[in-house]
Amino acid sequence: MNPLTGYVFLSALLFAVGLAGALTRRNAMLVLIGIELMLNAANLNFIAFWRYGPHPEALTGVMFVIFSIGVAAAEAAVGLSIILAVYRHSKTTNLDEMDSLKG
Amino acid sequence: MTVTFLILAGVTIVGMAAAMSLRNLVHCVLSLTLGLVGLAGLFLELDAQFVGFTQILVYVGAVAILAMFAVMMTRGAAQQQESRPTSVRISGVLIAGGVFLVLAWAMCHGLMTLGAPVQPEAEVKQIGVALMRSYVLPLEVIGLLLTAALIGAGVIAMEEKRGAR
Repeated sequence: MNPLTGYVFLSALLFAVGLAGALTRRNAMLVLIGIELMLNAANLNFIAFWRYGPHPEALTGVMFVIFSIGVAAAEAAVGLSIILAVYRHSKTTNLDEMDSLKG
Repeated sequence: MTVTFLILAGVTIVGMAAAMSLRNLVHCVLSLTLGLVGLAGLFLELDAQFVGFTQILVYVGAVAILAMFAVMMTRGAAQQQESRPTSVRISGVLIAGGVFLVLAWAMCHGLMTLGAPVQPEAEVKQIGVALMRSYVLPLEVIGLLLTAALIGAGVIAMEEKRGAR
């Protein structure tokens, strides 16, 4: 098997695991973690295509992953602090019970 | 398809699947850390040293710790159970399985056979030069974004004053 195929399959599998987690868990934190997993699967794809693609010297894949890690870190920080704020207000992290926007 | 790839892929998949399926939230975050370390190993295996170490620093060092803190601070809520109706679980897993099948089908039919890959060089020096030349604007933008997002996160998580409402 082509090594690229192995990496791309692995990344599709990681994406599916993250998606299944985000859809089935009801804890807000785990849904956030599932989204992080999907982002990581995309990063793996970028690096694999950069490594086995025709123009590795352009560094495009590496740059994309570096920026995407930065955005994902910001997203995790904001998401977790929103979960903390909601928890302080309504004492729950269960998504099914977070059904009102009014404070 | 080397042995290293298979081992790292196994560690990553097991870690991530455990993170998504265990009941105890602390165990979930710990196995997420394992999966992220495996992924960093895969990046190293793909000759992207800088990205691999960044992954360890940012995800294992910061995001996992942050998630752990959030889990600890919302401890009370974690006790109430996690029982979604079985239909929701089954349909979620089915949707994810469908997405995987579509992706796999596209891969089998669409991946062109690339020529023998050259060993790419991504030294930190080259990455630094690229960041300072052609990617300088995105670099500044992401610096601004991170500053704004982290200050915003601090403000949101800060304790509200009683009389402030």
